[in-house]
Amino acid sequence: MASLSPGFHGRGSRSLVERLPPGQYPTESFPVLSAGPTPHVPTDRWSFTVTGENGGSRSWTWDEMRALPQEQPVVDIHCVTRWSKFDTRWEGVSLDVLAAGVETSAGFVVAESFDGYTTNLPRADVTGGRAWLVHSFDGYPLSPDHGGPARLLIPHLYFWKSAKWVKGLRFTTEDEPGFWERAGYHDYGDPWREQRYWNDA
Amino acid sequence: MNQHPAHHLDGNCLAGPLAQVFALDPTTAWWTCPDCRTASPVGGLHVYGPEPGLTGRCPGCAQLALRVVTHPGHLWLQLGTGRGAFRFPLPPSPSWSPSDRTGEP
Repeated sequence: MASLSPGFHGRGSRSLVERLPPGQYPTESFPVLSAGPTPHVPTDRWSFTVTGENGGSRSWTWDEMRALPQEQPVVDIHCVTRWSKFDTRWEGVSLDVLAAGVETSAGFVVAESFDGYTTNLPRADVTGGRAWLVHSFDGYPLSPDHGGPARLLIPHLYFWKSAKWVKGLRFTTEDEPGFWERAGYHDYGDPWREQRYWNDA
Repeated sequence: MNQHPAHHLDGNCLAGPLAQVFALDPTTAWWTCPDCRTASPVGGLHVYGPEPGLTGRCPGCAQLALRVVTHPGHLWLQLGTGRGAFRFPLPPSPSWSPSDRTGEP
């Protein structure tokens, strides 16, 4: 199993202050907030489906997902509510592996969750080794409060893009704003450019 | 899929932010859930938040009833499950703003 530390390049020479995006503060805790009741999805009823823009799809059961190559990313995460957490440790499957399940030339993707939550991303942001479907945090199964049994991990964007309780990815030719993007949050959400709100540059 | 009755706020917490855009007290308005037909005043909704936004849901089935997002200079209001949201301009210093900054979306 690969052990990855995206963003590790130069980390030894970068102070924590330099790793903190503008307008953020560091936290040791792992805050939780939801936009609805916490869904509890048993792993024997869990599945993850990737759907192409032409309707083709590929699904994995929990056991099939766990049999895929596993990676252990160690990353900094940044919430739009201004907290950042350094060196978080996860385990899961690269979205490169899952996205390869369908043929697509779409420019965008919508992540869809069991509770109806959605978030939109450029396809380029879920490929290239910088996005994962994760099922463990700090060595333990991911708790429902934090999106378990599995959530997305896309640490180079604000954490609302890392959809909790995710059940699939749907590739789209048009950009389809998601749950928070439709209600005033930025379409892309780059923490280093402080893209919090709809009209941020 | 089971749903856990996660922490939610009293719907009356919507009074402050919505008072910025409604002439009448919005928490006394009644809403009927299009899914389970539960009828409830806005003050009886289960509200999740306050950040990244206030999400009001049916107390019977958790269907989305409304969302209120307050950002510097703007208040966003989405009614029901519609895809569109109304964006209201706010004074430079909003009279209400989230004070609990401990949330994760």
